[in-house]
Amino acid sequence: MEAFGLLLHGFAVLLTWKTLMLMMVGLVLGIFVGVLPGLGGPNGVAILLPLTFTMDPTSAIVMLSCIYWGALFGGAITSILFNIPGEAWSVATTFDGYPMAQQGRAAEALTAAFTSSFIGSLVAVMLITFLAPMISSFALKFGPPEFFAVYLLTFCSFVGLGREAKHKTVISMSLGLLLAGIGMDTVSGQLRMTFGSAELLRGINFLVAVIGLFGISEILLTMEERLALRGHAASISLRVVLSVWKDLPKYWVTLLRSSFIGCWLGITPGGAIAASFMGYNLAKRFAKEPESFGKGRIEGVFAPETAAHASGTSALLPMLALGIPGSGTAAILLGGLMVWGLNPGPLLFVEHKDFVWGLIASMYLGNVVGLALVLTTVPIFASILRVPFAAVAPMIVVSCAIGAYAIQNAMFDIWLMLGFGIVGYVFKKIGIPLAPFTLALVLGNRAEDAFRLSMIGSGGTLKVFWSNGLVGSITTLAIVLLFWPLIDGLLGRVGWRQRGRTATP
Amino acid sequence: MSQTDLEIVVDDPTAPEDDSPSVVSSGTIEIVVCLLLLALAVTFGYDNWRTGASWDATGPEPGYFPFYLCVILGGGSLYGLIVALLAHRAAREVFVTRAQARRVMAVFVPTLLFCLVTQFLGLYVASFLLISGFMRLVGKIALWKSLLTAFVFTAIMFVTFDIAFDVIMPKGPLEAALGR
Repeated sequence: MEAFGLLLHGFAVLLTWKTLMLMMVGLVLGIFVGVLPGLGGPNGVAILLPLTFTMDPTSAIVMLSCIYWGALFGGAITSILFNIPGEAWSVATTFDGYPMAQQGRAAEALTAAFTSSFIGSLVAVMLITFLAPMISSFALKFGPPEFFAVYLLTFCSFVGLGREAKHKTVISMSLGLLLAGIGMDTVSGQLRMTFGSAELLRGINFLVAVIGLFGISEILLTMEERLALRGHAASISLRVVLSVWKDLPKYWVTLLRSSFIGCWLGITPGGAIAASFMGYNLAKRFAKEPESFGKGRIEGVFAPETAAHASGTSALLPMLALGIPGSGTAAILLGGLMVWGLNPGPLLFVEHKDFVWGLIASMYLGNVVGLALVLTTVPIFASILRVPFAAVAPMIVVSCAIGAYAIQNAMFDIWLMLGFGIVGYVFKKIGIPLAPFTLALVLGNRAEDAFRLSMIGSGGTLKVFWSNGLVGSITTLAIVLLFWPLIDGLLGRVGWRQRGRTATP
Repeated sequence: MSQTDLEIVVDDPTAPEDDSPSVVSSGTIEIVVCLLLLALAVTFGYDNWRTGASWDATGPEPGYFPFYLCVILGGGSLYGLIVALLAHRAAREVFVTRAQARRVMAVFVPTLLFCLVTQFLGLYVASFLLISGFMRLVGKIALWKSLLTAFVFTAIMFVTFDIAFDVIMPKGPLEAALGR
């Protein structure tokens, strides 16, 4: 009940003309970047972040989170109408969404996608509303060893559960952590890895890196590909919307299952990509006619969209409650919070109630407004694709440069952005994942501080990470997750042998 | 009602040819990246060792945590190098074709020049030159459209950042002549 009262307070903070206007601007910008090929949620948020530097934190985070919701909605438009998944998590949506468009059911597919996105996000926001205060009050009992154990858990689960080659995830993560350490050591004041460069004294700002890694590299990658598009135009009428909504109760199991999968994979760093595929595969597995999937079945749109959006939204839960982002976008938003002088983590709920509950309220309102907006403006946004990419590309480059410069008013950062653009392009092409790099760059200093404080407190023994039940179980879980592929393989082998024995007469 | 009879079609006249020859294989790039990362790990590792990578009376020295990260990065890169060398003999996946490389350069070189020009002429003049030049030379869009788009976009950026949000961008001689 306390959470409900605080949420109402959040709505009171939010319901001003200025914030509502920023919400609309954020949503429109978000749908815009979601529709444009080569851009998407994290890129859009990173590029547009500088717009919010002079705003108060609540307005800024409301606008940024709305850019994110908008980008998620926008991604479905290109997936369904053009068979172009703007993001990897939209791939599963194309399996049935595009065939539906080809059959003349584009409006139905789009309504299904937007509605299921809304449902997925709504479930995740409800989870955040009720769980975040509980987790944060629990986390108030955390000391440096517990915090380091949680960071370790995040890093290890990326390595253990990620789909990429393990050594590539390790390279990406250790590089991010290392670059986070460049500059002045916060404890001793000594310079590290600066090699006499005055520019490196400030360290590498993670937002500059993110703008280069995501923004510039995407432009290079998009330019490399063929940009010929051929798709279906669609407008959505009230009749189609009502007819899809009327059928929603029929799919309640799919929606609920996908929401659950999404929330689970969002809180653990499994991510929206895994969630969307898992949601789709389970819907297919439990369907009465699994062979009809991939041929334009509406459940094939409901399942991945619900899971992906539940995952994307619930990734904000660990960011708000513990200061640990569950996704790339959450990491960028976390960087934004730091720019505005807010310290994400358990204390945020105590010290900045207005901000936290304003943000949570904006998640509810942003999704409702976003749903209404996309349902009414699909043709306008789909036609954005007619703008030649040769006009869009340099504008994005300029926006990236403005973003990189505005963070610290340093020309060096524009060069750094370009460098990270090349790194991002190469890494993406050879399969080195960027999400662990971003996460490590954001969390690097915090993880190091927690580690050093723990070690100082314990007199240099690693036993501190097993000094009580709480920290011991988190650390053990982290190690289990790190070696999960090996453990899983061993368990599978044992199970196979046992099955072999029982099968032998 | 959905209007599927209407189609949105965007063609790309400068699309890369499908049969364009490969410039470099992914395996070669992986080897180069691993070698570079290894060199980075050694350089950073040395610097952290020099700074102090052990314990003193106050606890871990400044280079302690980053030094061990260098060890992990070096180990990962070395492993990646071996994997890439072994895989390199087996398969030759294309990293970039000549046509693709040409298109990537068509955006990378102007971006590089844009950064350079920003340093001397300021961000807004550089933006105007980048957008108009890119649209005209790469996109083959009509000159007046290119100039107009570049001017409108740059003006919007100036009003948004310098005036409305008070985020001051790098300026050059033109802005100085105009008193800003």
